[in-house]
Amino acid sequence: MTAIPLEHVLIFASILFSIGFIGVIVRKNTLFMLMSLEVMLNSVGVAFIGAGSAWQQADGQVMFILILTLAAAEVAVGLALLIQMHQRFQSLNIDKLNKMRG
Amino acid sequence: MINSYSFFESPILALLPFYPLLSFLLLITFAKRLSWSQASFLSIGAIGLSALSSAVMVYQLQDQDFQIITVTLWSWFSVGNAQVNVSFYLDALSSVMMMVVSGVGLLIHIYAAAYMKTDENFSRFMAYMNLFIVAMLILVLADNLVLLYLGWEGVGLCSFLLIGFWYQEKANVLAARKAFIVTRIGDTAMAIGLFMLFSALGVLNIVDVNQMAQNSWQVGNESAYWIALLLLGGAVGKSAQLPLQTWLPDAMAGPTPVSALIHAATMVTAGVYLIARMNGLFLLAPEVMQYVAWLGAFTLLLAGVAALVQTDIKRVLAYSTMSQIGYMMLALGAGAWSAGVFHLMTHAFFKALLFLTAGSVILALHHQQNLFKMGGLSKRFPIETGLFFIGLICLVALPGTSGFFSKEAIIAELWSSPTAGAGLWWCAIIGALLTSIYSCRLFFLAFLGQNREEMHKNDSVGDELSRLRLPLIFLAVLSLFGGLISLDLSSVFIANTSIIEHSKEPSWLHPVAITTPFIGIVFSWFYFKQYRRNTGKPIVESQTAFVKFCRNGLGFDTLYYSCLVRPYCWLAKVNRLDIIDQIIMLNAWYITLWHDALSALQNGKLRWYAAALGLGVVCLAGVLIGGNS
Repeated sequence: MTAIPLEHVLIFASILFSIGFIGVIVRKNTLFMLMSLEVMLNSVGVAFIGAGSAWQQADGQVMFILILTLAAAEVAVGLALLIQMHQRFQSLNIDKLNKMRG
Repeated sequence: MINSYSFFESPILALLPFYPLLSFLLLITFAKRLSWSQASFLSIGAIGLSALSSAVMVYQLQDQDFQIITVTLWSWFSVGNAQVNVSFYLDALSSVMMMVVSGVGLLIHIYAAAYMKTDENFSRFMAYMNLFIVAMLILVLADNLVLLYLGWEGVGLCSFLLIGFWYQEKANVLAARKAFIVTRIGDTAMAIGLFMLFSALGVLNIVDVNQMAQNSWQVGNESAYWIALLLLGGAVGKSAQLPLQTWLPDAMAGPTPVSALIHAATMVTAGVYLIARMNGLFLLAPEVMQYVAWLGAFTLLLAGVAALVQTDIKRVLAYSTMSQIGYMMLALGAGAWSAGVFHLMTHAFFKALLFLTAGSVILALHHQQNLFKMGGLSKRFPIETGLFFIGLICLVALPGTSGFFSKEAIIAELWSSPTAGAGLWWCAIIGALLTSIYSCRLFFLAFLGQNREEMHKNDSVGDELSRLRLPLIFLAVLSLFGGLISLDLSSVFIANTSIIEHSKEPSWLHPVAITTPFIGIVFSWFYFKQYRRNTGKPIVESQTAFVKFCRNGLGFDTLYYSCLVRPYCWLAKVNRLDIIDQIIMLNAWYITLWHDALSALQNGKLRWYAAALGLGVVCLAGVLIGGNS
């Protein structure tokens, strides 16, 4: 079994992170922003797994499980907010939520 | 050794100015809740108590060794080594002023209560009058110049409040403002004089100042000159002398009792009192004494000329007041201190009488003040005519009246005085001539001839007038016989009268001085024949440019308006945005700039925040990597 070099893993994770980040910035739809956030979280997970296998440590995988849990909780809260938002504004456009200017 | 008492040892003097203060507080607090009788009882009662205390104090003063009583109430504050106390100092000079203020004040209060009965703000009026008496008594009794200044400003404030008492008329408010601002110019000079005095001598107590000035300065000392000049500035403003005289004729906008009390009998003579009080200092500056004399002489001539052509009865009296205060100043400048103060007292009597009688007449004529629309009043109001006549003969100084004694006393001192002289003597004589001419013109126009206005039928003014009469009769008696009151002020003034040599005077001085008023009367008897013999036809007042010029106070108002008021208003208009303010506003502008920039960041757009966060992380990472490599 050929080990994948750490550099490749990190480059892949960075590309994934950038895609997710750009998604967060450019999408107006809150649902897609949440999905982009998931992508970003997963890119971090990939980086942890890569690092864990490079140094033969279990910590990376422990962290990945932690991130997975976090992502699940985040999605739960995020989707609940999304439903509330849809009920109040009949829209998922995040730019409409700027009334408090902060 | 001066007898000094504390509050408990001489409560009469200590409490003297505070009865009216209490009454003022009550009146201003309860205002319209008080009925006419309650309000007038309070105010007149308070002044009555003060007058009674004054009489008791004057009586007690005779028993004192040095005829001085001082009372220390409490310590006000201390500056450096000088202690400024709230304490009263009663000697012959201040007792004269105290008697005039509380005595004439009482009579005028009694008159005012009847005169202002129908006014809806009666309580407020009496409250201000009481406050005025408080301030005036403090001014007169103060033993140091700071307390005197407190009273000085207090009377200025009350003058402002009372001139503008009927504040719904614009003219009254403007007159009040003018009086306040013009006197403020003099007061500023006086304050600077006091500061200089304190820095030069380190004391503010009046007795100490006079003594230390005499001991430590030579005659002609420069600081004595400047201090005396600045104090003169204050006196000139308050006493309506040249060049700050323009406020007094306009001040007649106030109710007539106010004109009598403040602008004839008491407040306007405060300047005379100040100079007499500080005589020790003024004697060290003979030049300033000369200025005082010349200012007085110019004012008395100018005011006499202006009084000749006035059409408003109260303005005639106002100019006459100015001219009589000019006499007092002339006397002070000549070093005839006692004569000046004596004239102050008699003038308070007869000018209050004249103003109050004029007030009765004005009230009876339904606020008609124009002399050319009066006429024939002697038939309608014989008693008022008699009273007014008494006032006028005192003003003209016919032999035997109080005005005669005081005015002759002044004129007699002028010729040989080192700081006056023959020129000023002639000024005083011409002034006396002018006085008798304008007095005759006033009397002929208002009281002789036939009525020139339609009479109101069914007038019930007779009743009203009789209520006003009692204080007038008292004042008339005082005016006639006030000259017999002998004032012994020799203990107060540092004697320099010994220098005056009367032996070198020409013998014709006295006869000329005594006959001058008669010449004026004879002249007016013929010159104003048409006023005297008028048959009810309207008299056309002369409208030539010169008469108009004189009527407006010889152009001083116009001069000040174009030289001072207009440039000032122009400057204010140009500098509306205030250049200095703009420099300070630069700070505000800079801060606003940052505020705008930073608040633009807080736009509430989540995606921008996320982008900024990302950018921040990239920058941070860049710095870290750059720093490590």
